[in-house]
Amino acid sequence: MKYLEEFRDPDVAHRLLEDIARIVTRPWALMEVCGGQTHSIIRNGIDQLLPDEIELIHGPGCPVCVTPLEIIDRALAIAARPEVIFCSFGDMLRVPGSHKDLFRIKSEGGDVRVVYSPLDALKIARENPTREVVFFGIGFETTAPANAMAVFQAKMLGLTNFSMLVSHVLVPPAIDAIMSAPGNRVQGFLAAGHVCSVMGMWQYPELAEKHRVPIVVTGFEPLDVLEGIRRAVIQLEEGRHEVENAYSRAVVFDGNVPAQKLLDQVFTVSDRAWRGIGRIPNSGWELREDYRAYDASYKFHVTDIHTEESPLCHSGDVLQGKLKPNECPAFGKECTPRKPLGATMVSSEGACAAYYQYGRFIAVENVK
Amino acid sequence: MCLGIPGQVKEIYEIDTIRMGRVDFGGILKEICLAYVPEIEVGDYTIVHVGFAITKLDEQSAQESLALFREMGVLEEELGVEPEEHAGHAVDAPPDAERSGGTRA
Repeated sequence: MKYLEEFRDPDVAHRLLEDIARIVTRPWALMEVCGGQTHSIIRNGIDQLLPDEIELIHGPGCPVCVTPLEIIDRALAIAARPEVIFCSFGDMLRVPGSHKDLFRIKSEGGDVRVVYSPLDALKIARENPTREVVFFGIGFETTAPANAMAVFQAKMLGLTNFSMLVSHVLVPPAIDAIMSAPGNRVQGFLAAGHVCSVMGMWQYPELAEKHRVPIVVTGFEPLDVLEGIRRAVIQLEEGRHEVENAYSRAVVFDGNVPAQKLLDQVFTVSDRAWRGIGRIPNSGWELREDYRAYDASYKFHVTDIHTEESPLCHSGDVLQGKLKPNECPAFGKECTPRKPLGATMVSSEGACAAYYQYGRFIAVENVK
Repeated sequence: MCLGIPGQVKEIYEIDTIRMGRVDFGGILKEICLAYVPEIEVGDYTIVHVGFAITKLDEQSAQESLALFREMGVLEEELGVEPEEHAGHAVDAPPDAERSGGTRA
């Protein structure tokens, strides 16, 4: 497919790798923010092909993984109601709540449906006027425009049987939290390309300056990832900390302005708990008061459900880059994609799932 | 969910005043919301997330990036400078480069 194959050329990848090897003179730790980039790195063996000096720390950019347990429990409570058709992206179904997951609710008779887009859920609501249709609106800034449009359209159409359980998270506050955390080792960021397609790059210069950290907007194909790494390493070697765009075919500085306008109209910034990490100030979006009638948390009175995390799963350390997935005692033993302890083993973007899927059972230090 | 896929716009129309279209993903056609890319025209490429086009792909930027990558190391080759060897690193191509999936989040 156009725009995919050209950016996977192994010969060109080697040129980029050779250039990185030529530039690097000392150890650097970079974090790829997005779970999609983590999968590209592990699938293509990029971490193993890079010079020893460069360590990639996998970031928290997997929306399924960071959706807090109490939101999952709220989803389960809503989905179990007989009048509800609960619609979700497929990868949320196996995420464990305190006692069950959505698959279990479905097997117990709950009407849980997998949809590709929130507009599909809206269609189901129009076709089933006697049922309550709830969409599980999670994700980063990439899925938010879709969710905002679904709520906006529901209001415009006067649909009263559609609502959304919103748990949106934002990348820039997460970068700020990671850089501010004690013991942080991250020296450079590969920012998530498609988040920037929507939001642009204007939020990053302040962060780069505050933490004196290079931030390179990076795509997802092997050549894109390598170019992001190459540009970050050049900056680090030269002692610079700037915002750069290594994904210019899909990202402009201002981002997608029409999407940002609707996002601002529908959502308001709020504090948000991240699974395994904790509460990060101003790191999420919730529906504005004008759209409260479409907020499933209020509609189904589940705002009083509060849950604590299980101590067994180390996903918080994995999400903060403190632990590689295969360094977790439960990895591949008590915790597998079939029987996950935490969300990082469930999602197609989770770091633990990537390590499991591509056979990284031994910690990297042991094979070098 | 967070898989962002490039596709080519084949048709543009409106449903309930919302700009929609048919987008071709390597032979698979899907109905996609184009409300956020008012500038996009039939024949253009876009990145799609959960049924929504979020950006128009810029062909010129893509070609410039590829040209830059392809030129990389050419100077060293011309001058006969060997890139530093890194012991312990595989020199084969990334194993799955040819068949990896779409573009994510």
